[in-house]
Amino acid sequence: MTQALPVALLACAFIPAILCFFLGEKHAVWRNAVNIGSAVLKLALVVFLVMGVARGVVYETRFEFVPGLYLLLRVDALALLFVTLSAFLWLVTTIYAIAYFGRSPNLPRFFAFFNLCVTATTGIALSGSLISFFIFYELLTVSTWPLLVHKGDPTSMAAGRSYLAYTLGGSAALLFGIVWMEGMTGPVEFATGAALGELTDWMLVAIFMLCVGGLGVKAALVPLHAWLPQAMAAPAPVSALLHAVAVVKAGAFGIVRFIYDVYGIERVAELGLGVPLAVVASFTILYGSVRALQQSDIKRRLAFSTVSQVSYIVLGASLAGPFAAIGGLAHLVHQGLMKITLFFTAGVLAERLGITTIQQLDGAGRRMPISMMAFTIGALGMIGIPPVAGFVSKWYLGLGGLQAGQPWVILVLAGSSLLNAAYFLPLLYRAWFLPPPPGGHAEAPGAARLEAPASLILPAAITALAALGAGLFAAVAFSPLGWATLIVERVYLP
Amino acid sequence: MNALPALPLLELSIALPLAASLLAVAAGRFAANLVFAIGPAMMALAALLCLAVSRHGPLEAAVGGWEVPLGIALGADGLSGVFVVTGALILSAVGLFARRDFGGAPAETPRGYTFWPLFYAMWAALNAIFLGRDLFNFYVALELLTLAAVAMVAYGGTAAALRYLLFALMGSLAYLTGVGLIYASAATLDLERLHLVLQGDRAVLAGAALMTAGLLAKAALFPLHAWLPPAHGNAPAAASALLSALVVKAAFFILLRIWFDMMPDAQSPWLTQTLGMLGMAAVVYGSLLAIRQGRLKLIIAYSTVAQIGYLFFVFPLANGSAFALPWSAGAWSGVIFHALSHAFAKAALFLAAGLVIEALGHDRIADMKGIGRALPITWLAFGIAAISLMGLPPSGGFMAKYLILTSALAGGHVIYALVMIAGGLLAAIYLFRPLGAAMAGDNLPDIAPVSRRRQLIPLALAIAAIAIGPASSLPYAFLQIGLPEGAS
Amino acid sequence: MTITGALLYALCGVVLIGVGTYGFMTRAHLLRRVLAFNVIGSGVFLLIGALGRRTAGAQADPVPHALIITGIVVALSLTALAVALVLRHVGETGRVVLPEEDAEEGG
Repeated sequence: MTQALPVALLACAFIPAILCFFLGEKHAVWRNAVNIGSAVLKLALVVFLVMGVARGVVYETRFEFVPGLYLLLRVDALALLFVTLSAFLWLVTTIYAIAYFGRSPNLPRFFAFFNLCVTATTGIALSGSLISFFIFYELLTVSTWPLLVHKGDPTSMAAGRSYLAYTLGGSAALLFGIVWMEGMTGPVEFATGAALGELTDWMLVAIFMLCVGGLGVKAALVPLHAWLPQAMAAPAPVSALLHAVAVVKAGAFGIVRFIYDVYGIERVAELGLGVPLAVVASFTILYGSVRALQQSDIKRRLAFSTVSQVSYIVLGASLAGPFAAIGGLAHLVHQGLMKITLFFTAGVLAERLGITTIQQLDGAGRRMPISMMAFTIGALGMIGIPPVAGFVSKWYLGLGGLQAGQPWVILVLAGSSLLNAAYFLPLLYRAWFLPPPPGGHAEAPGAARLEAPASLILPAAITALAALGAGLFAAVAFSPLGWATLIVERVYLP
Repeated sequence: MNALPALPLLELSIALPLAASLLAVAAGRFAANLVFAIGPAMMALAALLCLAVSRHGPLEAAVGGWEVPLGIALGADGLSGVFVVTGALILSAVGLFARRDFGGAPAETPRGYTFWPLFYAMWAALNAIFLGRDLFNFYVALELLTLAAVAMVAYGGTAAALRYLLFALMGSLAYLTGVGLIYASAATLDLERLHLVLQGDRAVLAGAALMTAGLLAKAALFPLHAWLPPAHGNAPAAASALLSALVVKAAFFILLRIWFDMMPDAQSPWLTQTLGMLGMAAVVYGSLLAIRQGRLKLIIAYSTVAQIGYLFFVFPLANGSAFALPWSAGAWSGVIFHALSHAFAKAALFLAAGLVIEALGHDRIADMKGIGRALPITWLAFGIAAISLMGLPPSGGFMAKYLILTSALAGGHVIYALVMIAGGLLAAIYLFRPLGAAMAGDNLPDIAPVSRRRQLIPLALAIAAIAIGPASSLPYAFLQIGLPEGAS
Repeated sequence: MTITGALLYALCGVVLIGVGTYGFMTRAHLLRRVLAFNVIGSGVFLLIGALGRRTAGAQADPVPHALIITGIVVALSLTALAVALVLRHVGETGRVVLPEEDAEEGG
């Protein structure tokens, strides 16, 4: 049982992926049922997993390919954090995607690769060794591309090319670093860390730069971030789950794993790598926010916001000290919830009211109150206004900066909050306080008296409430913050 | 089970396709249906062969009861077994695929009449090479293979076939001269006896060098690769699949036998570094040229030129790496995995390209927009095979890449590691171009109808290429049977 | 160094190989290339036969003879194939050289 459960989690997404290839237009109902059913099943399995890990059960599966190369799936607290987030968000996004696409063509292909992406993300979460992580990381790259170019128009194809160029280049660097290190240390498992004794300092620094650089492409660290705004050409469900949450989180998660479980935070600090990484992360935070200000397309603004926000996680990982770690890990969850809310809403606005730029937002609040309410909660969380969750993680990050002896971090956080306010508040003002444009919005046909079909509003509402709840109930043990504290206590500090 | 070694498995593996070749001549327009009998029979033979080798160790058979040195020996170890199985699977699949183009019914056509004898002759020649233990046997089988291959290329264009033939002729003569020189020194042609008897004197080295040069021409290693792109790019899809997947590998197989089984100690740094550098040049050159092509089949053909280069990394990397990384499989296994997964993937790619040509009438990338929607199964097969060629997990290509990378970095050969990684990126560039074109646009191009069942054939081959990755522990263990020293 | 009969044959074979290789490389006319291939082949066979004579005592070693016979058969079949292809090429294009060497032959 302890061996089967991680594999079952993967199969839960992989088997629907295969099935979806065969469930064409005529079987749309079956396909939707398979998708939603497997998402629910996955969530149930994850809950079961959580209860088991809380009791102290160790879930581990090992599968050898050739001597020296084996696949290791291991459920520890950090894996659980990520896999719970992705299972929950996958369910919500599946509902959203089914409603969003309706009867568009090419859906079997879309959902097949969608499920493959979730398989890859789950594998990334559950990986217990560096090479297992890499295998799923690459699988994620390959399965996201067809989703990115789903629409087939020249913008999407160009976005796809850019995405591939960045991510494949990044994984080449990552692979080189991994193989270089493992050649001298043997296979690296996250539970035991790497036996770094034999490596000289310059080797360690080089490997660190290669691996974090490779991971940083997906985590959208400047200057490796350029693919992310272009990727907004993809359909809204893709942008929502993958490019705001799953792909970028995979990169950030990888950096966290690498720093804590491969090198160890003390070694990173010893080598003097922590502060430079923190500086890069801080630069990304500010740069992303500044570029976001310049965008008038809503999705692009949100994309640059993601670039900025994901670096909070990297910042938290790079500062030596428990508070920073807690803040970064908690933000992994919080940012996911908030950002997906924003993207869901942006998708609904574009789809139902034809709103893609900021100028078109006037009066949207009156026409779509529930969606805009969700958007508002997400935006407030991004700015860092309590009680939405974003405030909590920023608070801890600030404390962490002080604790690590890098007080300038607080300035970065404050500056970022100000910038966030600068680029989010005008949207809220327009939506709520300005009258709609004279001819009304470009309504999509079939919009009933309800602002949009329930299945389009519900996902955003759910995630918004979750973001609110994560902030309000942050002191509870099972909140993302409590969980992050648990991880940091259990693992990273003696 | 214990009776397995007593069965004439080795002899049958060669004799049955030869008999089928003759039968195909007699069967005339029904020759295309032979594959339904021969395919499963050969696959069963291959399976039995591997079973026998895994239980009883390397097999030997003296043909006609004449023992070495008077007679000729056939032998099967792990390496032979995996190649025979791969050959059987790919040839069966391609045979099924080729029934449409080369089927004779209702009326006999020259193509239908001539293809099948060549097909089975090629099968016999390949098995003779994979199961051979004698230098001159290799020569005869290699010639038969060349004959069949050139004739198949001639279906697509005479100039390309002529060019291939000229290269192959020179290669054969060089090989034959080498065999003569070695025989003059050692008075035997059997691999095992040669291994015991050979000193590294000048005549032997000259002979080995000549043989190597000849085999390099047949394996199309840079710079002797010029015949390959036009030949593979213009031949019919089934022929190209066989050529890229198996025929070039046969020459490489013989090289492995010579340098790892026959005279492993004679591998001087000069030889290994030269072959390694030529391999690197092949990877870079082939990939760069592949990026510039506008026709799908030419992209795939230049890709073969590049991928052959990887195979030659075995020479600089295989020795010594076994000791550097005692916990890990080494470059030798990695290269074999690469050869096998490349065989499956390349066959799948060529068959998929053939289907695209059937549907559209051409294979220009620029005019291929949206073909993925019209031929989804084919497109999927192409994508999956491409994943293996790019060396992305979890495919067999990734397994090979990982093993070779590990050996390279552990042995300090950083340049090979860099070329390996660069090659993967370049492959992504030239493979994602047609993939992207297939997905672009939102129209449904009108095409000639292509049967679903035929589309499944490249899909099955592509899945096999991927499956080698996760399922690699069994082939790896099998490969270790009868391993030459210094390889791992 | 005494010039035995075997050595003479071997040297003759080597000369033939040289002549044939020169012809193969410098002539673009396809039929000449096939002929050059046959000349090289003959040289190789001579060489192998001579090598066989060199190592044995009074009796010639029969194995090289077997190699030569097989080699002749193989060379014959390949030559036949080559000539057939050359004929078809001439029939298709009217030229008796390969396309990329056409300019060299002077058109």
